[in-house]
This record gives sequence, structure tokens and C-alpha cells, in this order.
Amino acid sequence: MTNSIPAASQTSLDANAAMARRTRRSNAIARYSFLVPLIYIVLLMLPIYWLINMSFKTNAEILGAFSLWPRDPTIANYMVIFTDPSWYSGYINSIIYVVMNMVIAVAVALPAAYAFSRYRFLGDKHLFFWLLTNRMAPPAVFALPFFQLYSAFGLIDTHIAVAIAHCLFNVPLAVWILEGFMSGVPKEIDETAYIDGYSFPKFFVKIFMPLIASGIGVAAFFCFMFSWVELLIARTLTVTDAKPIAATMTRTVSASGLDWGVLAAAGVLTIIPGALVIWFVRNYIAKGFALGRV
Amino acid sequence: MDLSWMAWTGPTAIFFLVILMLVIGMGVWEYFVPGGSPRVGILRFETTRGDRLFVSLLGSAFIHLAWLGLVGPNLWWALALSVVYAVGVFRLV
Amino acid sequence: MDKSWNNKAWFLVLPVLLLVAFSAVIPLMTVVNYSVQDTFGNNQFFWAGTDWFSDVLSSARFHDALLRNLAFSAIILLIEVPLGIFIALNMPRKGLGVPFCLVFMSLPLLIPWNVVGTIWQVFGRVDIGLLGYTLNSIGIDYNYVSDPFDAWVTVIIMDVWHWTSLVVLLCYAGLVSIPDAYYQAAKIDGASRWSVFRFIQLPKMNRVLLIAVLLRFMDSFMIYTEPFVVTGGGPGNATTFLSIDLVKTAIGQFDVGPAAAMSLIYFLIILLLSWVFYTVMITNDAKG
Repeated sequence: MTNSIPAASQTSLDANAAMARRTRRSNAIARYSFLVPLIYIVLLMLPIYWLINMSFKTNAEILGAFSLWPRDPTIANYMVIFTDPSWYSGYINSIIYVVMNMVIAVAVALPAAYAFSRYRFLGDKHLFFWLLTNRMAPPAVFALPFFQLYSAFGLIDTHIAVAIAHCLFNVPLAVWILEGFMSGVPKEIDETAYIDGYSFPKFFVKIFMPLIASGIGVAAFFCFMFSWVELLIARTLTVTDAKPIAATMTRTVSASGLDWGVLAAAGVLTIIPGALVIWFVRNYIAKGFALGRV
Repeated sequence: MDLSWMAWTGPTAIFFLVILMLVIGMGVWEYFVPGGSPRVGILRFETTRGDRLFVSLLGSAFIHLAWLGLVGPNLWWALALSVVYAVGVFRLV
Repeated sequence: MDKSWNNKAWFLVLPVLLLVAFSAVIPLMTVVNYSVQDTFGNNQFFWAGTDWFSDVLSSARFHDALLRNLAFSAIILLIEVPLGIFIALNMPRKGLGVPFCLVFMSLPLLIPWNVVGTIWQVFGRVDIGLLGYTLNSIGIDYNYVSDPFDAWVTVIIMDVWHWTSLVVLLCYAGLVSIPDAYYQAAKIDGASRWSVFRFIQLPKMNRVLLIAVLLRFMDSFMIYTEPFVVTGGGPGNATTFLSIDLVKTAIGQFDVGPAAAMSLIYFLIILLLSWVFYTVMITNDAKG
């Protein structure tokens, strides 16, 4: 009986030592865990670096000698894009329809998201599901009739056609993201405002929209992004006047004897808008991709 | 505005009218008996009337495709099978 | 949150309904109409019944594209999900490293899909690309233009490069929502790293992982632009996925009937998957 107490404390000491050892080992692992994301990021950046590297080389250097950095940096490739209308008009076209799409999608999604987050109404769940299917539908399925539909309305090769067509997947996305943000706003705020005599439109614009400003920003960003990255529909609906930069690039790819340097420069320029705004949405990007459900 | 490119035919028009009538019918039913009588069926999650209609329609589409791929082009039997399936869905799911 | 029943909310949804219906319902009806008819152009159509559906269902080309697509989705899920979890677990929780990681990891997600294709088309080339050149100079025979296996490897690595960050970001969002108290309790209990992962971190990531898996599956099932730019579906038909095959039939060959039948079968598969997706999410939401 007398020597069992030291034995017990001995075991607990052993346990403490084991725990300390384990903690020390896991600390040692933890010290190097930053390497994992670091290596991952380096691997992510390699192909992008290669594109940037190529954009500063002349075509002769790209095809002639293999080098890890431009021996003779030149901005000639970028000059080609900024001076040739068939190149830079692609960017202008893309920006026009992307901005139009962003404005339309967010404007119509705002009231709808409010309805979904605050009320139950006839067929609401099925409506929500139907919207989801449009986000999930492959654009390839719609490519064929889209051309005819927009021809019938005389909209082929206009910016508004692409903007409306992209609403097919951007409006559902915007509704989801906004619904997620709106559900985080307590309902008491609405009720108080109505008691204070605010009409619905006035309440919505003056009180509610400032409260979900970050949500609107994130929704707009995702609309911008998905419209900017989409190629199939944009290419189907445009011929020359509204041709997006993406289509201009694929045309160049398929041509023989292409100019790699200019292609790389064009690619780099399409990455820049996303790279610039990413800072503002970094904390919400997971929420956006998860359809507002994180 | 020229809409001849939509190439309507009698059978497809009837098909879409039937779907439209079903959706309207469900809407009216829901309006007078709201709630959609939710219950947990053999699929072990809650379904409402509308869900059951959707499962019936989607299942019927796959039944028709399977019939076409495995048996032959006579789809009346597939239709009959779909009706049996739909009744089953409304009873059990 | 308790929602009140109010059918007037329909007026708020109406604009969305009209806008999306215009782009979704009319084309879908048109596709159904085309799928039962034959045409030689000039808007002249002939009744073809269910012939196109029979053709597509028994066509080896469609089966191959479907199988290829399923194999592709399975492979990228098997790579991206474990890799994404592993990276998310090792990401810093606080300090300057957080915004650094978030911004750089998100970058591939924001690159236009055709530019992703262009980047990898260039990067993998044996004459001017870093990857192709390096592999060949260390003695590995790699050429994605002529070898189907190399083309597959390139397309898969490209997708992993492009989308693993999505899994990382979602998992990370799940991980940071775990309160510190959980970890401290685990430390006091002397829990091993594995049991912390198994009993604390994994359950918390459940929900976001589900979203990640479903999203990656759906999006990889309709992948078009990236492999189209890199390989054009080749060599041969080695990387011709469903969407590429569909666009080839519809716009390349202008076989309107078969393309429409194929679109519908493709769409039905997607509809079934979306329904599973939606039901699983709703059931999951209800559980909290």
C-alpha cells in the first residue's frame, strides 16, 4: 500500500514525459509544416512563371535556345497587343460584356436572394433547385440552340447577347452567394425598419444593402470571374464585333507558325484582372466557390 | 421574329404541354393544401409532393432510355412501366 | 431562421425567373424538338422518332467518351481531395502567411480556362516548355502531342494544378472554424496527431469536403475548354470527353439530330447528379 503511491505518481510522470516527448516531436513537425504550402505554391507558380518568362522573349529566342529567364528582355510582344486592334479590341469586348453581365446578374439576384432568405412561398425549394441545375448544366448542351435563339432576336455578335447568355450560370451563383450573406443578417433589423415606417425599396437600398456590402462585392467578383473565364458560349455567340480575347487567342493557337511570344503576353494580360482583385476577396473566396455555404 | 428554327412537332408539343399541366396542377394542389405533405420514405430523407413528381419524371426518362438501349424502339411498354414506377414513387418514397 | 409564408415574394423572384428561363427553357425545348427530327439545313425538318436516341445509346463513340469522362473524374478526385486536405492541414492559422497562402493559391482559379489550356500547352511542349524539355533531357520520353498516355497525364496534372486550390480553400475554411478549445482538450488527453485529425478535424471538414467533392465531380464531368485547348481531344480520340465530343458533333459536323439526342442524355445524367447534390446538401444543412 505504501509503495503503490510512488508507483502511481511514477506512471503519471511517465505519461507526462511521454506527452512532452510527443508534443516536442509534433512541434518539430509543426516547425517544418510551412514547407508544404510553400512547395505547393512554388509548383503552382512554375507554369505561370514560364508564361511570363516567354512573354518577355522574342519569338526567335523562344524557338532558338532554351533558357530559364529572358536573356534579352523585350516588351515588343506587349506592344503588338496594345497597337493591333484585332488584339486589344478582344480585351475591350471581354470587359464590356463581363461588366454588363455582372451588373445584370447582381441587380436581378438581389431581390431574389432576399426572397429566398426571408420568405417561404409556393414552390420555393423547387425553384431553388431549378436554378442550381442551370449552374451545373454543361454549356456544351446549350451551344447549339443558343446560336439560333440569339439569331432570332438579332443579337448575334453583340455584347448584350453574351452578357445575357452568361446570366444562365451567373445569376444562380449570385443568388446563392447573396442568400448566404443575407441569412447572416438578423431578421429583427427588417422588422424594426418596417415599424419605423420604411417602405420596402427604401429599406432595401438604405439599410439592407450596406449591411451586405461585402456579399454584393463577392457576388459581383464571382460573376466577373466566371464570365471572364468562360469561352464556349462567348465564342459561339460572337463573330467579329464582340469577339472576346479568349476566342482571339484560340484562333491564334490553331493558326500555323504562330507567334508564341505574343500569345504568352496575351495570356499574361488576361491573368492580371483576377490577380489584382483577388486581394479584396481572399477571405470570402472559399465561401463563393462553396455557393455561399461555408 | 422568325421562330421556325425551333422546329416544333406535334408529339414534342404534347410532351411539353403535359409537363406544364403537371407543374401547374402541382402548384394548384400546393396552393390549396400547402406544405406538400412532407414525409420520410424508403429513401430515408424527407420528400414533398414536388420531389416525388420530380423523382417520377426523372426516373421515367431513364426507364425510357434503358428500354430504348436494351429492348427496342417500342416505347409504349416503357411508358406503362414508368406509370407503375411513378405510382410506386408516390406511395413509397 | 424562421421564415414567414408570403406568396408575394414571387414578385421578387420574377426577374431571375424570366431571365434564366429565356436562356434555359427555350434552348432546352429546342433541343428536345431537334432530337426527334432530321434536317438538311434551311429549317426543313423530317420526323425521325427515337432513332437518334437509339443511335447514340448504341454508339461506341458515346460510350467511350462517357467512360473516359468518368475515369477522368475519378482520377482527379482521388488526387485532388487527399492532396487538398493534406495542404490545408499544413497551412498556417495566423500571421502573415495566411493572406500570402490564400492569394497565391487562389491565383490558378482565376485564370481564364482557355489560358490555363494555353499555359499547359506551352509548359508541356518538348521544344519550348519547361516541363516537356526537362522531362526529355533527363531521359523520360514524354510528348503529349503524339502519345495518348502522356496526353492523359498532362490533362490530369493540369486539372490538379488548376483546381486543387479549391479543395484546399474549402477545407481551410472548415478548419479555421474549429475553436482552439478543442485542440487544447485533445492536448490534455494526449491525443495523437492522427486522432486529432480523425475525431476533431475530419468531422468539422465533413460539410465542406462534401461540397468540394460534389463540385469537383460536376465540373470535371463537363470539362471542355482546358483539354480542348491543350490536346484538341487528341491524339486520336484519347482525350475526347463528353463536352468535346458533343461540340464536335453539333458545331463541327452540324449533325443537329444526334447532337441534340446526345445533349439530352448528357443533360439527364447531369440532372440526376444535381438532384443528388442538392438533396445531400439540404439533408446536411438540416442536420446543421
